[in-house]
Amino acid sequence: MSPRVRLAMTVNGRARRVSVPPMKRLLDVLREDCGLTGSKEGCGEGECGACTVLLNGAPVNSCLVPAVHAEGAKVVTVEGLARGERLSALQRAFVERGGSQCGMCTPGMLVASLALLAEHRGRVPTDAQVRDGLSGTLCRCTGYQKIVDAVQAAAAESAAPRRPARARRPSRAPGRTASRRAGTAATRRRAARTARKRAR
Amino acid sequence: MRTALSALEVVRPRSVAQALALMHAAGTNGRLTPLAGGTDLFVYLNAGTLTDRRYLDLSLLAPLRAIRAGKNGLRIGALATFDAIARHAATAGWPMLRQAARVIGAAQIQNRATLGGNIANASPAGDSLPVLLAYGAVVHAGSVRGERELPFGKLYTGYRRLALEPDELIVAVTLPAVRTRTRVLFRKVGTRAAQSISKVVFAGALRVSPNGAVDHARLAWGSVAATTLRSHAAEEALLGSRPSPALVAAARAALARDIAPIDDIRSEGEYRFAVAQAVLAQFLRTAHAGFRAR
Repeated sequence: MSPRVRLAMTVNGRARRVSVPPMKRLLDVLREDCGLTGSKEGCGEGECGACTVLLNGAPVNSCLVPAVHAEGAKVVTVEGLARGERLSALQRAFVERGGSQCGMCTPGMLVASLALLAEHRGRVPTDAQVRDGLSGTLCRCTGYQKIVDAVQAAAAESAAPRRPARARRPSRAPGRTASRRAGTAATRRRAARTARKRAR
Repeated sequence: MRTALSALEVVRPRSVAQALALMHAAGTNGRLTPLAGGTDLFVYLNAGTLTDRRYLDLSLLAPLRAIRAGKNGLRIGALATFDAIARHAATAGWPMLRQAARVIGAAQIQNRATLGGNIANASPAGDSLPVLLAYGAVVHAGSVRGERELPFGKLYTGYRRLALEPDELIVAVTLPAVRTRTRVLFRKVGTRAAQSISKVVFAGALRVSPNGAVDHARLAWGSVAATTLRSHAAEEALLGSRPSPALVAAARAALARDIAPIDDIRSEGEYRFAVAQAVLAQFLRTAHAGFRAR
């Protein structure tokens, strides 16, 4: 007889109740019991990151998480990024910059990138920081540079001010207001570089 | 073939005392396998190499996540994740521990994997293990009989064999305070910068007394033998002598008496030994330069 447990969790902001075997993998709970097939299984051993989801805000390999560990947790999958038909800034950046090729790693890349952007809130992470933050997500097409570009572009967009009052100041170039918030000279250079890239 | 996960049972104790009682009772009711972060355990389940049926889920035992530094050193609960260890203010005085915590898998693993799990998994390539050995860590094994302290260096009795009773649970690890004038180096050598299993992993601590002679040397290695181990001959070669190029050469030579790494899927023994010698020389030269600069 297989044991089952009733679990309550919040997936992409929506309360879910499932009755599953306690050691069922969170990946399978999401795909089979919640119908969310965006998270992929690549390796099944925590190496490739295609199954990455946020568990209470932290990126984890859902192929290594037992269902019971999601009890009462907030889970975010790739399906949680868009608002209806409207893609998130991160998703748009991946589309616009060719950050997705075959698509197998993309759900994990997007979710890991979401965690990375939260970690660097308001700043554009350096190449090294993006590569380190995404090192647990492997792209079999090896299209890493465009993924890095996409993450930085999305970061620059969220770091850039939307408030017209500041942007309207005539003496200030676009990109500079963002850098003022960000702080260091290095960050300023990065923000300016990203702004230039975006303008191309 | 993958283990049928739907047939597995999980017990979820609400307190450490309850967990220890369940471990003790498992002696008569059948084996109970502790489940911490699951980052190794689920690899074995997914590969079908772990056939245990009953699991003791530790995730509700909040006290086992605690990390705190006091005058006797640093105490880390067995359930502290590597991410928590890398970020916690209390771990600042043990830099090798923080460095190791940041190279064990990537963020997805560091958010789940625990120090207690890395110890219990007992892989010869476990990256936190040489660090614990170099810092002179003590393992706290809990059971219904109370808490027992075991020097980390006495924990492994063979390949993936631990000197623990069947009903004992690793509850915490303590690292003594690091004495002044101690130089340390953590170095992991793998196939790539991230997400690799070590070919050689090293943690070293060296102290030179005010009169200029080495009075403390701990050189700890992973991936070069069946268990994490210290290179005692190389340590002996250093003790009592003043750091010099000749001493570096002597320690390198002595290392041949300590380790004879094997060929396996990740590397060859000859390569591992050459890398170990180079890492040791790097540590001694940088430590020496550090002492001279004072």
